[in-house]
Amino acid sequence: MSRSSTDRFFGLILGGVAIFSGGLVLLIVGFLILGSFPILESGRLANLFTDETWRPGSDRDPQFGILPMLVASFLVTLLAIGIAAPLGVASSVFHHFYLSEQLRRWNRRMLELLAGVPSVVFGFWGLTVIVPAVNRIEPPGQSLLAAALVLGLMIVPTVALTSQAALGAIPNYQLLAAAGLGLGRGQTILNIALPASRNGIMGGILLAIARAVGETMAVVMVCGNIPEMPSSLFDPVRPVTATIALEMGYASSTHQALLFAAGLLLVLATGAIVGWLPFRRNENESAVG
Amino acid sequence: MSHSVVSARSRCLDWAFAIAGGGAAVGTLGTLAWIIWDLIRLGISGITWNFLTGEVESAGRGGGIGPVVVSTLLILGCCLVVAVPAGMGCAVWLSEYVQRGSRLSRAISGGVDLLASVPSIVFGLFGMTFFSQVLGLGFSILSGGLTLACMILPILVRTTLSALGNLPSDLRSGAAALGLSRITALQKVLLPAAMPGVLVGIALGVGRALSETAALVFTSGYSTRWPASLGESGRSLSVHIYDLAMNIPNGSSNASATALVLLILIFVINLTATGVADLWMRRLSATE
Repeated sequence: MSRSSTDRFFGLILGGVAIFSGGLVLLIVGFLILGSFPILESGRLANLFTDETWRPGSDRDPQFGILPMLVASFLVTLLAIGIAAPLGVASSVFHHFYLSEQLRRWNRRMLELLAGVPSVVFGFWGLTVIVPAVNRIEPPGQSLLAAALVLGLMIVPTVALTSQAALGAIPNYQLLAAAGLGLGRGQTILNIALPASRNGIMGGILLAIARAVGETMAVVMVCGNIPEMPSSLFDPVRPVTATIALEMGYASSTHQALLFAAGLLLVLATGAIVGWLPFRRNENESAVG
Repeated sequence: MSHSVVSARSRCLDWAFAIAGGGAAVGTLGTLAWIIWDLIRLGISGITWNFLTGEVESAGRGGGIGPVVVSTLLILGCCLVVAVPAGMGCAVWLSEYVQRGSRLSRAISGGVDLLASVPSIVFGLFGMTFFSQVLGLGFSILSGGLTLACMILPILVRTTLSALGNLPSDLRSGAAALGLSRITALQKVLLPAAMPGVLVGIALGVGRALSETAALVFTSGYSTRWPASLGESGRSLSVHIYDLAMNIPNGSSNASATALVLLILIFVINLTATGVADLWMRRLSATE
């Protein structure tokens, strides 16, 4: 009797903890909505897209143009995934079809180490190595290109590790059948392996995109932080995440509400990307079964 | 179409994939080597005992990182004290108490997955308003630690859940046959067996927490003094690197040394975790 009541007691506690863990994300979104309320209330939401410049702290003529920052986030992410996706997928193909078991273990371990390098260290390395290199081509160096390069290299392991898992999950009979048909390694990769693991690889790329959209530190240190519309790869830019990081320390009233709204936008973007993943995974499973 | 043409083309394709893939793989690992090499080149001469234990002087340009190391460990401690029990509790409940696939369990796992997707800067915003302002913790080590706890919670839930899920099913039926209550079965049988997996999860969480910067800037703050209590502000190693690199002229040599210290710390934790995981997987597959 007493044993089952302690069981029930622990069950209740654990259930409470679990519900709290699952609900935490709602609490976070709730705080973001609450924080961005002043800007929703003020009826100046449209100004986010119509104002030309970003001067949210100004008393006389506040300007809320967030468009250059959204464009910067979009471009940095696009270029970064443009670097990371081919590199990551190609390296995972090599990993799976050309390396011995021993070398595979080493390659995976090294990729995991690269994935563990803190973003602030990536940013610092970008600042001391990539930025001067870009500066030699065209000043100032802190630019869209530098941010995309640093971020791109940073998310390669995400693409590579998930693609490796996807390639490893291909049923063996498909590869045996390909060998039985006398297909070469390259033909097997192109016609069998890549199509069969398409969903898993796409899932990895989506995860990497979500990571790139939300990344702050690696970007803020190399992007130049000027909130204007870029006209070339060498122009300094300022993505949404960098704006929050740079201005949260001193922002107040409407300005602060704007930053919360920007945070809300980020959560919605990454949440939509990651929330879409399970559906893809289910499709994949039903296609195999 | 003769056979030799087909096989020549096929061999070309083999080589094309080998060259492109090999180049990509070498390039990716080359980046890692390049980063490590640069940090060693720039930072190794700065790492001395005095640097690791000394006061921060002239905003970080001189002196050491003693108080920063202590603050980092305190933030990490606060984070783990909350996140480990919460993450394990959530996972145990999902795995052992609630029916798998039920609406509640799916809602909770979905919430945890979404939490994992929240960008770290948003955790910073949340921590600043919730822990620092609403709960009145201010810029403090406690506030930073709690913010990080929210951030690494999904890692702990996921790894504990998969560790419990990977256990051989005889353990559960054996415990049930002995008439053990659920809590005793967990305490004496299931959790000890799943411990290596949980430890790997904790190591991953520690790595993530040590790497984090954006969530700490507005929660645990910038102070470089020796922390006297958890209610005081204290900067982590990552925040120190950021501040030295971005805001302090001539701060980059100490930034390199600090970055090297952080990188070594994370690599050691990472390699230990993967080593333990490999051993455990091998032993599991040996028992089956």
